[in-house]
Amino acid sequence: MPPSAPVATPRVVLDAAGHAPPSPRVRDALLAALDEGWGDPRRLHAEGRRARALLDGARESLAAGLGARTEEIALAPSHTQALHAAVLTVARGRRRVGADVVVPAVERAAVLHAADAAGTRRTVPVDRLGRVDADAFAAAAGAPGVALAALQVANGEVGTRQPVDAAASAARAAGVPLLVDAGAAAGHVALPDGWDLLTADAGDWGAPAPLGVLAVRAGVRRAPVGPSDEDAPLTGGFPGGVVVPVALAAAVALEERLAARDADDAARRALVARLRARVAAEVPDVEVVGDPQDRLPHVLTFSCLYVDGEALVGRLDAAGFAVGSGSACSSSTLEPSHVLTAMGVLTHGNVRLALPPGTATADVERFADVLPGLVREVRGSLGASHL
Amino acid sequence: MAGPVSGAPDGVVEVVDARGLLCPLPVVHLARAAAAAPPGSLLQVLTTDPAALSDVPAWARMRGHALVARTDEPDGSARLTVRTTDPDAPS
Repeated sequence: MPPSAPVATPRVVLDAAGHAPPSPRVRDALLAALDEGWGDPRRLHAEGRRARALLDGARESLAAGLGARTEEIALAPSHTQALHAAVLTVARGRRRVGADVVVPAVERAAVLHAADAAGTRRTVPVDRLGRVDADAFAAAAGAPGVALAALQVANGEVGTRQPVDAAASAARAAGVPLLVDAGAAAGHVALPDGWDLLTADAGDWGAPAPLGVLAVRAGVRRAPVGPSDEDAPLTGGFPGGVVVPVALAAAVALEERLAARDADDAARRALVARLRARVAAEVPDVEVVGDPQDRLPHVLTFSCLYVDGEALVGRLDAAGFAVGSGSACSSSTLEPSHVLTAMGVLTHGNVRLALPPGTATADVERFADVLPGLVREVRGSLGASHL
Repeated sequence: MAGPVSGAPDGVVEVVDARGLLCPLPVVHLARAAAAAPPGSLLQVLTTDPAALSDVPAWARMRGHALVARTDEPDGSARLTVRTTDPDAPS
């Protein structure tokens, strides 16, 4: 760099949910797969066969990493489409049983909307920490007329883990298939195995996004909801095929994450615990939300009273920090996070962090250093400094 | 925009009209009214902001105030009634 060039603010990405930065190894794998696997995997010539071999290998590796068999998994264009397909195909396959879909209030919007499209949503409440009431879930799943029940491994917005094992027992006892959404969790924590359908978001573990995975156990009754498609056998069920280099990069990314998971888990759990304590102690009138212990290792969410969340995101961005927010203080998104609303916690002034692996301690400390001053600035701009 | 409006129901010290304002302004204006009112006052806020339906109860919980009622108005806004905390009140 020439001496006269301005020094750029170093960027610190603390917003890895669904779009984690790719590692050098994933980048190399993607570029190599573009050279090797650009061909059409349906073709019988050498280029096609090479692409097909890469795709088959990627599916095998992804299945193993998620605790599924290769023939159980389908690659979806996105996590959202995987969730839509899971809910809609099971609801259609079980339409003689009923059209109710049991969904906790904090499931992904894609699950809630698919439940509405498939039939009737039966919402299970959560507590102030965002945890699903296991007894209410069991009671809802055991009622007559239920086509499907859904439960996330953990909530991606607030980090709270959900009682998946209890839900799986209840669903099995009721004879209702259980969709377990591993979005935000896969690649970060060990996954439960009591599912009938499992969804995951490859973007969470550092793959080029979007790419979704849907795994379905043999014997789950489903029926197609769209026209048949000749590409579906290649992806395992989704029409239109799949980007082979992206699928391969996703497999490499998951292998890389799983190999380092225990070390990453300990390091990020400690960083988030440190941040939780510093934010609560140093920012006045802040609500740090989600379960402080039984949570994802890398997620932290807090809401600041009398603060415009988007304004705070902008100031943090200018200071070099990329963070998310569940607030709706701009005119573009009027509805606040349905997760924060269901928990009964403050929705404005919200900051949502998802730490990528390798986040430096010094960066986390610097974030905690600058945050109180930026919150004070936003409050001051609203004339709310002394309320 | 925000400020006292006429026609306050019985016992209500101030009705904050925050219609058309986005978060966090409805809560900020309500908090300002609460700071100016005597302890134990009944206050109301009129809002069209979906976030305020969550944030007014959350603010009340954080500040020790009590959410008394929530009603829907004919114009599509919501009216939330809060009683401010009173340290001297018998519990």
